[in-house]
Amino acid sequence: MAGVDVTLGPMIEVRGLSKAFVLHNQDGARIPVMAGAELTVRPGECVALTGASGAGKSSLMRMLYGNYLAGAGSIRIAGVDVATAAPREILQLRRETLGYVSQFLRVVPRVPTREVVAEPLLATGTPRDAALGLAEGLLARLNIPRRLWSLSPTTFSGGEQQRVNIARGFAYPYPALLLDEPTASLDAANRAVVLDLIAEAKARGAAVVGIFHDAEARARVADREVDVTGFSPDVAA
Amino acid sequence: MTMVHPIAPGTPPAVPGPLLSVDGIEKRYGARIGCTGVSFDLWPGEVMGIVGESGSGKSTLLNCLAGHLAPDAGRVLFDTRDGGMVDTVTMAEPARRRLSRTDWAFVHQNPRDGLRMGVSAGGNVGERLMAVGARNYGGIRAAALDWLDRVEIAADRVDDRPSAFSGGMQQRLQIARNLVTGPRLVFMDEPTGGLDVSVQARLLDLLRGLVREMGLSAIIVTHDLAVVRLLADRLMVMKSGRVVEAGLTDQVLDDPQHAYTQLLVSSVLQV
Repeated sequence: MAGVDVTLGPMIEVRGLSKAFVLHNQDGARIPVMAGAELTVRPGECVALTGASGAGKSSLMRMLYGNYLAGAGSIRIAGVDVATAAPREILQLRRETLGYVSQFLRVVPRVPTREVVAEPLLATGTPRDAALGLAEGLLARLNIPRRLWSLSPTTFSGGEQQRVNIARGFAYPYPALLLDEPTASLDAANRAVVLDLIAEAKARGAAVVGIFHDAEARARVADREVDVTGFSPDVAA
Repeated sequence: MTMVHPIAPGTPPAVPGPLLSVDGIEKRYGARIGCTGVSFDLWPGEVMGIVGESGSGKSTLLNCLAGHLAPDAGRVLFDTRDGGMVDTVTMAEPARRRLSRTDWAFVHQNPRDGLRMGVSAGGNVGERLMAVGARNYGGIRAAALDWLDRVEIAADRVDDRPSAFSGGMQQRLQIARNLVTGPRLVFMDEPTGGLDVSVQARLLDLLRGLVREMGLSAIIVTHDLAVVRLLADRLMVMKSGRVVEAGLTDQVLDDPQHAYTQLLVSSVLQV
């Protein structure tokens, strides 16, 4: 835990978070998925979410990003309560503070790979040439062949799309980073690159929350584990 | 009428306010509701999507916001360059017309509604510049050529009439005609409707690039959830003239709260 400065306040602080889905078109079924979730992540720290499939790791991650609406409780990230913030505040948080590497690449068709990766930099005002240069550096590091950089990633293989997604997620130095299975479907060489990127992000002070099925990867980058099974609504009830 | 937008206590006065502030808009067609109770703020650089089925009131709302229809109630405050927040509903007609030629733009679903079909492509773009006072022929032609290039229409088509263009080219020309005067707010009514999927993708890419490079704010009415997911920061869902749900686009689509939104999202065919 060498990189964690305990004198700094938390970057991510979750208190009493709960969530239920209500399926209005299926007899109004109410499906509770989380209750009483608590999580604190300091700058430079990586916390791995663990728990069986379906335990709520991804749901918690999506709530941190504002992709799922919180039911109750608070999610403070860099001072913004994602649980209650206006869309505009969450958009700003996502642009400047909170990065997210999902498992799936979602892009506008036809946009070249180097632009897809440079987008977070362009959106925060990095000049175009510098942004494209940084993007190309990351693509090279993640072993995406140069001849693919000018093409849209929509036709790439699953593994290549995953690496483009990772390059985009690490292009801008977000102070907080959410990683959903960043090493899944990667070969050993690329997995090592991703673990280095995570270590570098921590070293510059990023607070990282990750889901890693890969136990060895988890052991290498995570300072702590939080088992979300403890936030199951059945346990809390 | 000029009004200062209220500033919350403790907010530094230097913080810019919303570009558009919509308050309680209602439009009725006799006893039938077109739209009612619609209020929202749009901030500079934001893209808002409005979705809903046919007859949900989304086009009525867009036309009320853009000054094409007079609402029966409510205000549409716009942050004008010289007068601050002004209610465009009660604004004098010449002032509103001037706004719609300068700071506002409107992209119609059917390019024929937004283009002059008997005038050349270059003329269609140049005409809007002349409407705001440009008089130098060389400058107008250069600006028109620059914009045709930006929307990927070859320079050798500048003297052709839009009637000789494909649907996708006509739509790109309509966009060039609308954006040449550097508007700050663009209203779009089903901008990719009626186009082939491959042509839609090209248009989406173009619109997204222009929105970012020009710092445009936009309101896009569509029934296509894929279009709003890729273009819109925020989303409003309308049903029977009312907004039933609003929020971040990905949140509304991935975790819809209202029964109608859940139905809408679950009805989309996956490819």
